[in-house]
Amino acid sequence: MDWTREWKKLLLIAVIFLAAYFMPVETSRFQNAVLEAFQLVRWYAREHVLLCLIPAFFIAGAIAVFVNQASVMKYLGAQAKKVVAYGVASVSGSVLAVCSCTVLPLFSGIYKMGAGLGPAVAFLYAGPAVNVLAIILTARVLGLELGVARAIGAVVFSVVIGVLMQLIFRKEETERQNVQMAMPESGEGRSLWQNGLYFLTLAGILIFANWAKPAQDSGVWHTIYQMKWLITGIFSVGLGAILTTWFKVKWWKLLMAAVPIAILAFVLPSQPVFAFSAGVIGLSVVLMRGEDEEREWLDSTWDFAKQILPLLLFGVLIAGLLLGRVGKEGLIPSEWIYSAVGGNGLLANFFASFAGAFMYFATLTEVPILQGLIGNGMGKGPALALLLAGPALSLPNMLVIRSVMGTKKTIVFVSLVIVMATISGYIFGLITL
Amino acid sequence: MKIKVLGSNCVKCDNLLKNTRQAVEQLGLGIEVNKEIELDKIVSYGVMTIPALVINEKVVSVGKALAVDKIIELIKAAE
Repeated sequence: MDWTREWKKLLLIAVIFLAAYFMPVETSRFQNAVLEAFQLVRWYAREHVLLCLIPAFFIAGAIAVFVNQASVMKYLGAQAKKVVAYGVASVSGSVLAVCSCTVLPLFSGIYKMGAGLGPAVAFLYAGPAVNVLAIILTARVLGLELGVARAIGAVVFSVVIGVLMQLIFRKEETERQNVQMAMPESGEGRSLWQNGLYFLTLAGILIFANWAKPAQDSGVWHTIYQMKWLITGIFSVGLGAILTTWFKVKWWKLLMAAVPIAILAFVLPSQPVFAFSAGVIGLSVVLMRGEDEEREWLDSTWDFAKQILPLLLFGVLIAGLLLGRVGKEGLIPSEWIYSAVGGNGLLANFFASFAGAFMYFATLTEVPILQGLIGNGMGKGPALALLLAGPALSLPNMLVIRSVMGTKKTIVFVSLVIVMATISGYIFGLITL
Repeated sequence: MKIKVLGSNCVKCDNLLKNTRQAVEQLGLGIEVNKEIELDKIVSYGVMTIPALVINEKVVSVGKALAVDKIIELIKAAE
């Protein structure tokens, strides 16, 4: 037995043992917190998984398979125009960085053989915030306002931070590695508008299936709400048409998949979730038995689901245990949270962005955690500050960034992110007050 | 023949490594396949989307967790 290596496990077991030994099971705060954790998990399961997360996984999977990365990367190459490079770097995270594990290789690639430090930093910063899954879940759970502010804030500030980094380190011209970029092969020959229309139908299904009931009982929004399943259905039929004409899926397969959906829609019109689930299952089966391209779409969708769902379940459980649902308390008393990040003071914003920068958020878990914090009195400004500083940075990924661009640049980058997040949180807080 | 997988600890990367090892075993090549996780080295191959498969220092596939028979095909093509 190699005890120089085993001690870590021993320590872990000891910590868990002590926690279990002294667990305050009989206190009402603890019992409440456990209950809150399960309540929150059930709420996520009922409200967010079927209609929101599953279509979002299909969209993320489609992006990973059907968006031609080479066509995006040519704007981030060594010869690219600077202005274009910054613009593309700040938004391309939405199609390139669909998974957190792809951000770092792309970052170091852009830095070392592409457009250089500024655009690389812009990409690194914006990537996690503009990725589709993050935007969808943020807007859905935390509100459209915060979701949009997060995406726009991340894009704008990524350019600012990138330009600042380039200015600060303009004297150090890094030696470029002169290697050919190796790109994955592009998909089949579909034109841009065909792909665009295809993504639009997917987005349409997602948006209208999740159309929330508006406050008033009349007006355009309410009419759309009443017709949301009809509109979702029309988009689904559109998706079917696209699949048969451009993806060469056999029409009779889609028709067979459509039969159970139609039956469930007519028999149980009050429970559209059943028809929707039948649709998801039908689509999956059709894709599974399809050609290369369709199978790849399903594979990468499944990859996302497999990676993200366990993390999210764990994140929701922890957030529920520590923070409780909105308006309820978990293990951590609300006053503590309120005194640290309540209101919209500069200090609260700074604290939120500083803590967010060093804390590690597994993909998407920032959403339930933030929801808990807001429910306990966190201000909207500090919430945005945390969203802007958090997912882009964590202690472990700072170490990787340091190995790519050195200690000095990393410290400057982290400081810039914290300062920018603090300021933008402060401004957002003032606007939304 | 030298075969390498470039990647981190992501699911796809581990799948590619596993499938590549299986392919090498099926072909009876008797060589060891390792994973390169150092970002600097990965980028020096021009690869920005992991996982990637490298045969004889040449990148043959990027961003995909290839199936075993596809890897066998690529190895045979490189011979």
